[in-house]
Parts: sequence; structure tokens; C-alpha cells
Amino acid sequence: MLEESREELMRFMLLFSRQGKLRLQKWYLATSDKERKKMVRELMQVVLARKPKMCSFLEWRDLKVVYKRYASLYFCCAIEGQDNELITLELIHRYVELLDKYFGSVCELDIIFNFEKAYFILDEFLMGGDVQDTSKKSVLKAIEQADLLQEEDESPRSVLEEMGLA
Amino acid sequence: MPAVSKGDGMRGLAVFISDIRNCKSKEAEIKRINKELANIRSKFKGDKALDGYSKKKYVCKLLFIFLLGHDIDFGHMEAVNLLSSNKYTEKQIGYLFISVLVNSNSELIRLINNAIKNDLASRNPTFMCLALHCIANVGSREMGEAFAADIPRILVAGDSMDSVKQSAALCLLRLYKASPDLVPMGEWTARVVHLLNDQHMGVVTAAVSLITCLCKKNPDDFKTCISLAVSRLSRIVSSASTDLQDYTYYFVPAPWLSVKLLRLLQCYPPPEDAAVKGRLVECLETVLNKAQEPPKSKKVQHSNAKNAILFETISLIIHYDSEPNLLVRACNQLGQFLQHRETNLRYLALESMCTLASSEFSHEAVKTHIDTVINALKTERDVSVRQRAADLLYAMCDRSNAKQIVSEMLRYLETADYAIREEIVLKVAILAEKYAVDYSWYVDTILNLIRIAGDYVSEEVWYRVLQIVTNRDDVQGYAAKTVFEALQAPACHENMVKVGGYILGEFGNLIAGDPRSSPPVQFSLLHSKFHLCSVATRALLLSTYIKFINLFPETKATIQAVLRAGSQLRNADVELQQRAVEYLTLSSVASTDVLATVLEEMPPFPERESSILAKLKRKKGPGAGSALDDGRRDPSSNDINGGVEPTPSTVSTPSPSADLLGLRAAPPPAAPPASAGAGNLLVDVFDGPAAQPSLGPTPEEAFLSELEPPAPESPMALLADPAPAADPGPEDIGPPIPEADELLNKFVCKNNGVLFENQLLQIGVKSEFRQNLGRMYLFYGNKTSVQFQNFSPTVVHPGDLQTQLAVQTKRVAAQVDGGAQVQQVLNIECLRDFLTPPLLSVRFRYGGAPQAFTLKLPVTINKFFQPTEMAAQDFFQRWKQLSLPQQEAQKIFKANHPMDAEVTKAKLLGFGSALLDNVDPNPENFVGAGIIQTKALQVGCLLRLEPNAQAQMYRLTLRTSKEPVSRHLCELLAQQF
Repeated sequence: MLEESREELMRFMLLFSRQGKLRLQKWYLATSDKERKKMVRELMQVVLARKPKMCSFLEWRDLKVVYKRYASLYFCCAIEGQDNELITLELIHRYVELLDKYFGSVCELDIIFNFEKAYFILDEFLMGGDVQDTSKKSVLKAIEQADLLQEEDESPRSVLEEMGLA
Repeated sequence: MPAVSKGDGMRGLAVFISDIRNCKSKEAEIKRINKELANIRSKFKGDKALDGYSKKKYVCKLLFIFLLGHDIDFGHMEAVNLLSSNKYTEKQIGYLFISVLVNSNSELIRLINNAIKNDLASRNPTFMCLALHCIANVGSREMGEAFAADIPRILVAGDSMDSVKQSAALCLLRLYKASPDLVPMGEWTARVVHLLNDQHMGVVTAAVSLITCLCKKNPDDFKTCISLAVSRLSRIVSSASTDLQDYTYYFVPAPWLSVKLLRLLQCYPPPEDAAVKGRLVECLETVLNKAQEPPKSKKVQHSNAKNAILFETISLIIHYDSEPNLLVRACNQLGQFLQHRETNLRYLALESMCTLASSEFSHEAVKTHIDTVINALKTERDVSVRQRAADLLYAMCDRSNAKQIVSEMLRYLETADYAIREEIVLKVAILAEKYAVDYSWYVDTILNLIRIAGDYVSEEVWYRVLQIVTNRDDVQGYAAKTVFEALQAPACHENMVKVGGYILGEFGNLIAGDPRSSPPVQFSLLHSKFHLCSVATRALLLSTYIKFINLFPETKATIQAVLRAGSQLRNADVELQQRAVEYLTLSSVASTDVLATVLEEMPPFPERESSILAKLKRKKGPGAGSALDDGRRDPSSNDINGGVEPTPSTVSTPSPSADLLGLRAAPPPAAPPASAGAGNLLVDVFDGPAAQPSLGPTPEEAFLSELEPPAPESPMALLADPAPAADPGPEDIGPPIPEADELLNKFVCKNNGVLFENQLLQIGVKSEFRQNLGRMYLFYGNKTSVQFQNFSPTVVHPGDLQTQLAVQTKRVAAQVDGGAQVQQVLNIECLRDFLTPPLLSVRFRYGGAPQAFTLKLPVTINKFFQPTEMAAQDFFQRWKQLSLPQQEAQKIFKANHPMDAEVTKAKLLGFGSALLDNVDPNPENFVGAGIIQTKALQVGCLLRLEPNAQAQMYRLTLRTSKEPVSRHLCELLAQQF
């Protein structure tokens, strides 16, 4: 039966630059640090060697890799062979849209300097490698609420701390 | 809102990141990082307590450094502290650090779990979501144990916020995937199914994933989800493109949810309820219809989302495989995509059509696209797409188009990417065999393969052609003629020499009548290649030569001269030298009759599954051979060798458990029914033919031994397995390592665990004993990244043990790859009582250096205990019967472990005896009874253990019918407390 081999789980997501600098990595299956580094290195090499107009999917090890380039950044997801490639491609696009909306025409620098935000947004959108909510509004609302909380947090901090009372 | 205004006060972090970016060299970067690490370390170690903000900032810097690819070995504690902050951003950074730098340090996990527990109980939805995310991100078993029971409650609680429900559903899914046993099924499962009806689309989206996973293990419990999923899907599919507001993606309503629902339905057969089924078919048709409508947007996102649903719909149609109309429509749709300008769609269409090709309803429809697919194979610019095209050609091949497809694949092979050549070769070989109508075509095809891609023709392929030629006498003459012609080429591949050498040696006589291929011509042709070939091929050719002496006496003198030449007789390679010497002697000493008998034509090979198919499966994973496995669409197929259809007894797919099952897959032993009832694992240990001392072929030997003829005196046997080296005697092995006794003691009361571990190797044990028999699995794990060579673990019986214990081992592969694990099965029979355990000698080469050590195998006499229940009266009667002083052994000793009655009980049970309640008047004491089973005799054993908590002492008394056994058991058991 087909079902036996079906495991709908994204294995990992990587963001890296054209120069081969890793900007974000999210692993959804426990993988040792050494193995991670090896996989990242190997996969970056494969993807960076591909020409534009080539297909966005490729078989790599026992996985299927779905990738897309946005300006200087490659977004790259590894899924199981049975997973839906096109919806994964759009998942990448939705994440880019979320980043774009949050940062305001996002560029690589935003992700470098605010890497923790990039992680938070990804976490709001995906959980354990699965889509949590596909609504742009819901995801951004959650993030903005958090920012609001942050601002509330921050202001009393500075006052109290400067007075050495915290 | 620009990014900088996002309330981020971590200026220090931004400065640090800028610094790193401004570094001109890798060295400068490392220097800057080391400076920062030193700074953070001193801050963390400093006397002044850090405030939350600073902690957050430094933890964030560490995270950044880690993400740059550097190792981080501190800061975990500070991150854990942040978790219990009540400031959201501090908590958030803490959780981020934990989930990125997962650390299974048990002390930390306890602290992390505590923080999570508090957040889950906080009723603050943002905190709860953070905690759930952390559980899902880490997903370890410890976390599963701590929270698996709470999360279902949060998921179905009426007052949980939608966002919390979403997180809880996916968190639970993650835990379930990691350790399904930890997630309790129960009343909540029914309520989860109803989340499919939830108002909030986000909740439905998350819940579908969870249900899809759960229903695979418990399809019946979740059956009600089918109709709910169908109606949900139907509502989405028929909704207008803007109905679902924010869940509409580029004019496609809820594409993620649709795809997930379609996948959920693929867990079940078509709905039984006619109304539900009708509704579903309508949905599927709607999706197919929409594909023909003009797009609502020119954006690629629109078409991708729409087609994602379409492909998933087609997957469901293929899964049902029952609606011919839908299958053909799906095929036509994919046919359109085959020529689409989007590479992605062409790729997916080729891939999806592969599965359609195996349905009897759509196979013919798929075949109509053959020209497009061949064209794709020739013109696609992306190797991944070409690969898909080759796969599809393979899948759509049948008798009607085999010649065309095989010749196209051969043509493609000439220019194919190196990465996929071997696979194409295997596919061509399989198709040529499966669909051959005449054998000459088959032989031509394989020889073409060797000619075009000789380097990629694996041994399986050329062994197979030899098997088939040997078994079919109507093709032998043609084969001999064709290889003879092929060998005329000035440069021919060594594989061609091998095939040619073998075939001419067997069937060269069939073409010897033609003066152009007379025996001397055949010989000089072969011999002209000899010097350029590898040792293995030269060895094969020497065998051909001796066969020639038999077939063509007129060549004898020439060949003997060749064999006699110094380059052969004194060849540095021992194999070649031995063959030359033996063949020369054989040809001079043996009479023509003897020679004719020894070198008689090979008997036909037993029919078996093609080893090529097995190899392809191995390369591509299960299912790859499906096109050949199912005979349904070509029932008339009449294979050349009749061996392609796998029969249960000859399945040769090497699954990881194949060795284990090897015993069971062998013809069932003629065991008496009484013993057959005795147990699952042990029944066939000593009856099965496979358990005979003959060692199973190791993977590298297997193919050679297939070629090995049954007649043992045939010279070809030289080519087969080199006689296994005799096991080393006890004098060859070193003394057990100093810790051997301690390691052995760990296993007296248990059967599974890690026996040994050092920096290179880990040895795990799993064993099971019944009556006087046992089976033990040893798992050898290579902890390094370097292959172990000459790996040979052997079991040795020192002293008298040979007569007391029989241990049969199976040989393991001589190479253990880095990170790999091999297992060895031991079958054990206790012949009579014994006192010393067998030894396990492990030797291998690691990076050139020989490694050797000896352990004690955890087989002690108590393993053959059979517990015996008896009443107090019986016990005392027997106790008295065993009252001779030498029958009793007693020990008084100090407790080495805390005195816990439950632990003691478990140990005694693990030791093997039954525990008898209400026998000893003192309830603190333990009394046990059992029989030690050996082949020769049974030994009754009674034991009594009296703990004295005040003195922290025990008194242990054993009485058995055999004096040494009493003493030995007493010693073994006393060390356990």
C-alpha cells in the first residue's frame, strides 16, 4: 500500500545566499550537528550549480528538494518523495510574502540583522514542518502582537534599569 | 513599518553583526568571534547578576555565532533562565535558543520541561504557543513523556484559543511521529475528528495533518473523518475564488487545506457510502474541469496552487484505481502538461504518469504519449527531468513497444549523465529480458549495453546474460557468434572479454566449424586481450583455456605453452599462479575422459529472481521494480528465464532484516508439532537447514556462488568463494579485557543492552532463551566515519566448554562502513551445565591499524532457567531433599546497591527463577525455584534471599542437585545486589 511510505513531514528548510552563506536553517527531524553541516554543504553545492530555468525540484539523497531563488537568496525545502512539490513551492513563496510584509520589501540584510525575527515568523507559519496557518493576516497578527508586547516590555525596562532598580 | 522600528533595543547585537560583516577574511571573523565569546563568557561568569535584557542580548549573540557555523558550548543555562522570564521577548529568545541548539543534557531538559509546564498552565495563549512550539521543535522522547498526556486536553478543551488549538494539533502530531506509544488514544480522538467542522480554517488545516497521521495507525477509529473531509473539500472546491477571504491564495480557495484533505482521503479506500462517494467524484471532476478553464491570474503562484490541487487529485484517483473514466481524464491532463512551457509541470507530469502507467485502466492511455516522452529524454535540458522521462519509459514499456523503448534508451545512454548511467543500464537489461520475443535480440541488447556503457554494466548484468545463455540452448550458438564478432573490435570493454571468455569456453564449439572462427582463431582472439585485463578477468580466461583443451584437443599444445610460461606459473598473484599450475597439471595428468567429465558443460542455473531487479530495487527503494513486479497488465508475458516473477522462497531483496529472516525464509523445517508450539523465535533454530554450519554467502560472494556449478570438482570452483578461514582457536586470541567480568555481570539478570563500547565500536546485545536453546543478536556499530576492514567477530569456547555449550554463528560482512551497524546472529544450545561463559573475540582493521579484544559473551547458566511455581509445602519438601552439605551454597555479603524490594524482585525474575510468595514466613525474604534446562540433564534449583536492611547485608542460599551449579549460581547472583 502507498500509505506505508507516506510521511508528510518537511525535513528541513534552508536559506542561503548566492555566495553560499547560510542565512537560516530549520530542522524538523533530529539530526546531529555534524550531519547537518555535511548536508548543508552538499546541498548548497548542488543547488548553486543549477542553472536558471531548470526545474525547481530535484531528487537528493532519499529526499526531494524544492527550491526557489528570490533575488540573492535561495529558499530550499527538503520533503519526502511523496509530498506535494508545488504546494511546497508556494509555501516558500508565502513565507517570502510574510517576510516582505513584515520588513517592508524584505532583502537579505533584513534577514541577516533580524535573524531571530525571521525564525519567529517561520515558527508562526510552520510547526514541526507542517503548515500551521496559511492566512497571512493570522500569522502577521501573531507576530505584531508579540512586537507590541515587546515594546511594552522594553519601555519600563530602560527606566528601571537605568536607575539600577531591576 | 520598516524593520528597524520593530522595537528592537538590541543595539549591541546589530553592532556585532556589522562587525562580522565587515571582516575582510575568515581569520578576522574568527578573531572577532573569539573576542565576543570571551566577552560573553566573562559576563556570564561575572559576579554581577545580569539583567534579563543583557542575558537576552548575549544569548542572541551566541545564537548568531552558532548559526554562522561555529560551535557553542555554553550559554544553555542562561537561555533556560530566560524561559522563566515573564517578559515575552526574553522568553521567546530563550525558546529559540533551546529549539535551535537542542541539547539532550538531562539536567537541562528537566529545567526546560519545568518552564514549559508553567507556560502551558499559564492560560496566556502566546506563552502556551511558545511552549508548544518548543515541544514540537525539540520533539524528544523525554518531552513526549512529560507532555504527551496534556496536549490532547489542550487541543479539545472548549476554552482554548484557536491559535493554541492549531499549535496543540501540530505539536501532538510531532510527538506522535516521534514516539507513537506515548500518545494515549482515548475519548479525545472522536473530538479531534470533529475539528474538521471547525469554523476557523486555520484550526481545520492543522487538525487535518494530525488526523492524517493518526488514522494511518488506527484507520477504523477515524473512519468518520471520510465523510467530513469530503464535505469540507466539496465546499472549498465549489466556492467562488474569493469566498474564503484570507485563505484564498492568488484566487485559489484554500489550496493547502485542499491538498491536505486529498491526502487524508488517500489513507482510505473509496468511500463505501454511495452519497459520499458521489459527492467526492463530483469534487474530483470539478478539479479536472477547472484545469481546463482559463487562468484567473497570470501569476505563477495562481497556477502553482491550482495545479498542486490538481496533482493531489490525480494522486487520489490513482490511489483508488477504480474509476476508468477519471483515470483516463487524468492521463489526458498530464499529457497536456508534458508539453507545457513550465519545466516544473513537465517534471511533475512525467512523475505522475509513472504511477498511472501501472494501472490497467490507464496503461494504454499513457502509452499514447510515448513519442513526447522519448523527445523529453532527448531534449530536456535538466537532468532531473530527463531522469523522470527515463523512469516513465521504463514504466510504460510492454511487449508492444519494448524494442522502440530499449533502442531509445540505448541511444540515450551514449550521452546520458554519468549519475544516471548505471540505473539506465539496469533498466535496459531488465526490459530486454522481460520483453524479449527472441533471444538473439536480448543477447544483442546486452552486448550493446556493454559496448556503449561497459563501465556501468555491473556484475549482475553480465552474470545474468550468462545464466540465460546457459539455460537456453537455442541461443547459445548465436551468442557465441555474436561475442566472437564483438571481440574483434580493436578496443573492447573488459566486461565484453569476461562475457566472451565465458561463452566461448562453454559454447565456442558451436562456431568452431566456420574456419573464420576455428579454435585457434578463437583462442588467439581471447588471448590477445589477456594482458590488458585485470586479475579477475585473467583468472576467468585461464578457466576458459582449460575448457578449450577439453573442447578442442588441437589447442592443447598452444595453451599448455601459455600456462607453462613463467608469467603464469610464477605469477605474483597467487590466484593466477594456482590456476596456471593446477590447469597445467590437470591437462597433462588427466585422461581425455576425466577431463571431459571435469569440464563438462555447465548445468542450467536454478531459476530465480533476476539479481538485476534486486539491484534496481536496492538503488531505488521498494516500489522501483513495480513495473515488473505486477504481471497483471501483461499476463501473457513469458520470460526468457522464467525467473523474473519473484517467488516467495527466492526473494532476494536484501532488507535489513533479511539475514535474520534467512532462517525463516528457508524451507520450513520438519520440526515436530510439539516443538513448533514452543515459541516464535526458537522453533527453527536447530532444525532449519540454514542453521547448518555452512555459512551463508556474504554479499560480495553471492553472485560468484550463483555461477558456481554444483559439481564441486569442477575447476570453476576456484572462482567461487575462497574457503572460509578456520575460526581461530583459543590460543590465537588474547585474554578477555579487564572489564569483561564487570560487563558480563551486567547481563546476568537482563538479556538486552550495550555489552561494550569504546571510541570506535559499540556492541549491543539482544537475546532470548527458551528451554535449553537461545538466540542472540549482536549489533556491531561503527562509531567512526571510517570503514572497518577485515571485521571478524568470532566466538570461542575455552576449555571444556565445547562439550557443554554449542554456539553457531553466522559470518558478518568483513567491511563495516563508517556509521553503519552490522548484526550477527548466534544460535546457542546448552548441552550440559557449564561454569565459564564463551568468549567473543573481535578483530578488525581501523585506518590500517589492527584492533583486537576479547569479551565474555553474556551467556551464563542461569539463562537456561525455567521458572517453576510451587506451593509452600512442596517447596519445603524439596528444600529438605537437597540437604546434603555439598548441595547447598551460601553467601553473606554487603549490599552494593540501595536495598529496594521491587528492584530485588525484578532482578530475581531477570535471573530466571520463579518468585514464590507466601512461602517464607518472613515477608521480607525472597524465595525462588526453577529448573536449569540442558540437553543432557535438568538441574532443579531452589533459592532464598534474606535481606537485612539494618545491617545493609544479604544472605543468599542456593540448593541444587549439582554441587558446582549451586556454587556458581550463588556467585553470579550475589554480585547483583
